[in-house]
Amino acid sequence: MTCVVELRDVRREFRAPQRVVHAVDGVSFTLAEGDVLGIVGESGCGKSTLARVILGLIPPTGGEVLVDGRSLASMDRRERARLIQPVFQDPFSSLNPRHRVRDIVRLPLAAQGDIPAAKQRDRVMQMLERVGISAEMAERRPAQLSGGQRQRVAIARALVLHPRIVVCDEPTSALDVSVQAQILNLLAELRRDLGLTYLFISHNLAVVEHIATDVAVMYLGRFVEQAPVDALFRDPRHPYTRALLASVLTPEPELGIPDVGLGESYPDPANIPPGCRFHPRCPMAEERCGREAPDGIVRHGRLVECLLA
Amino acid sequence: MTPILEAANLRVTFGTGVAAVRGISLGVARGETHCLVGESGCGKSVTALAIMGLLARTAQRSSDVLRFDDYDLMRMSEREMSRVRGDKLAMIFQEPMTSLNPAYTIGSQMAEVLERHRRVSRAAALDRAAELLARVGITAPGMRLKQYPHQLSGGLRQRVMISMALMCEPELLIADEPTTALDVTVQAQILRLLQSLQRELGLALLLITHDLGIVARMADRVSVMYAGEIVESAPTAALFSAPSHPYTRGLLRCIPVPGSVRRDEPLGSIPGVVPRIAPGFVGCAFRDRCDHAIPDCARVVPRKSAAPGHDYLCRLDAA
Repeated sequence: MTCVVELRDVRREFRAPQRVVHAVDGVSFTLAEGDVLGIVGESGCGKSTLARVILGLIPPTGGEVLVDGRSLASMDRRERARLIQPVFQDPFSSLNPRHRVRDIVRLPLAAQGDIPAAKQRDRVMQMLERVGISAEMAERRPAQLSGGQRQRVAIARALVLHPRIVVCDEPTSALDVSVQAQILNLLAELRRDLGLTYLFISHNLAVVEHIATDVAVMYLGRFVEQAPVDALFRDPRHPYTRALLASVLTPEPELGIPDVGLGESYPDPANIPPGCRFHPRCPMAEERCGREAPDGIVRHGRLVECLLA
Repeated sequence: MTPILEAANLRVTFGTGVAAVRGISLGVARGETHCLVGESGCGKSVTALAIMGLLARTAQRSSDVLRFDDYDLMRMSEREMSRVRGDKLAMIFQEPMTSLNPAYTIGSQMAEVLERHRRVSRAAALDRAAELLARVGITAPGMRLKQYPHQLSGGLRQRVMISMALMCEPELLIADEPTTALDVTVQAQILRLLQSLQRELGLALLLITHDLGIVARMADRVSVMYAGEIVESAPTAALFSAPSHPYTRGLLRCIPVPGSVRRDEPLGSIPGVVPRIAPGFVGCAFRDRCDHAIPDCARVVPRKSAAPGHDYLCRLDAA
């Protein structure tokens, strides 16, 4: 099995006067070809910052990102673009409203600078057809498309260079459920047919369970638990993972609203608690959890950053 | 028991004749949670605004019955309406950041509600505000009253919105996507809170959401909206165990349920998009996306009964 993406202790800080925000605070993982790593966590946990670092949109302030065994920092933009492409949450703001769909999808090819125009056009039309956008829709501008159609265009733009890795940051969060299912099915199909590797960021655990092969749970800038998808959902070990899973409201009328027992104190990435970063909200916390950091603990064959797991 | 809110054949059209709400009927009883569920653009928020009398001036509202408690909402002037709104009839919105005024403290915004509707001093109004903040689980309410909205997290702001809506002890609370902007963990906390307040105060709750998980866990009764109509209405258990409208069934198939994922199978989805309803539209609005559509579906659709209290808008027989 080839490892396509590897992160080694990646960190990203943002400095403001009197405040240092540790958005990503030491993340390491490897991702094999064809895998889908789902990253879940609450807003502000650093998942989008991590996506931007992996895309090379912002440099890490520590650690290293390797793609195909080579450092991301050593590649130029064009090379990076051939390997990694993004699909963002909001197809209303991620597509240029003044351009036609076909030009939006052509831009990554044109930016490479060495692909003949006729070939660019062919590849654009092929890719649009592949994602279910007709030749007639290719002449339109984003405002004339529905949310689901726009997200299909964003996917076509991401895939037109035949990248190996696609970073999907909340790709279905802005869509209605009936359309969300269409897009998830399309992404799953494309992965199978094109042998893609996905990094799939979402706050929706049900969506992640459906599409991911592995899941990482992120809390205040770190992966606090990571495991194959079935193991994580069947047997969550970290108390935070348990709380997240308990909060999912499945359509089962006989069950009420769960008591997740997290309290109201909200995590602040500029002020990370000592010891276990989750201990102020943890229903199981003991005295030592405030002193000892559980970084990198492996139990039950998986990463579980908890002293008590 | 007569419902505290009753609407019959409520319609809302906008300037050019575009119908957003096309003759819906619903009732909410005291102490009941009625969920209005549907996808974006189905008319659920417009329905809420029509009840509250908060529609834009370009909108036209008509209804055979639109009654809240003893008030005929269709006949009330704006002045009369503003006396009821925020008092016996309260509403909370999706985005707590845009519905709180950033220039005033939490305390002053909360106190204003009570001062407007009751003869109370500022001090008494602030006492009541502090009491309610504590009631919704906010620690150190005295300090929070002095803060501005931007100093609070999303979950805290939504708690503030809820306690503000409760200042005058409303009888009906309309909540439009009250947890959509929040994380799942905070969502669970807020919904638990709404539920316990409702039981304690005997509140009637009209809860508007696109999330069938919330519906399943919160509602006593569910009405499913599609393209401005209620296509199915049923007690919650019946809706989930015996959905009768093809749209309801399609929606239920679209939700990935944790623990029952079959990864090699595609998720259910509903092909196509919601149609534009032009003036003079007749027949079933779902027919272009429906597997069971026949030419007859372009004619007026009957409202059928699947069971007592469970009706749906389709020519098909019940499930």
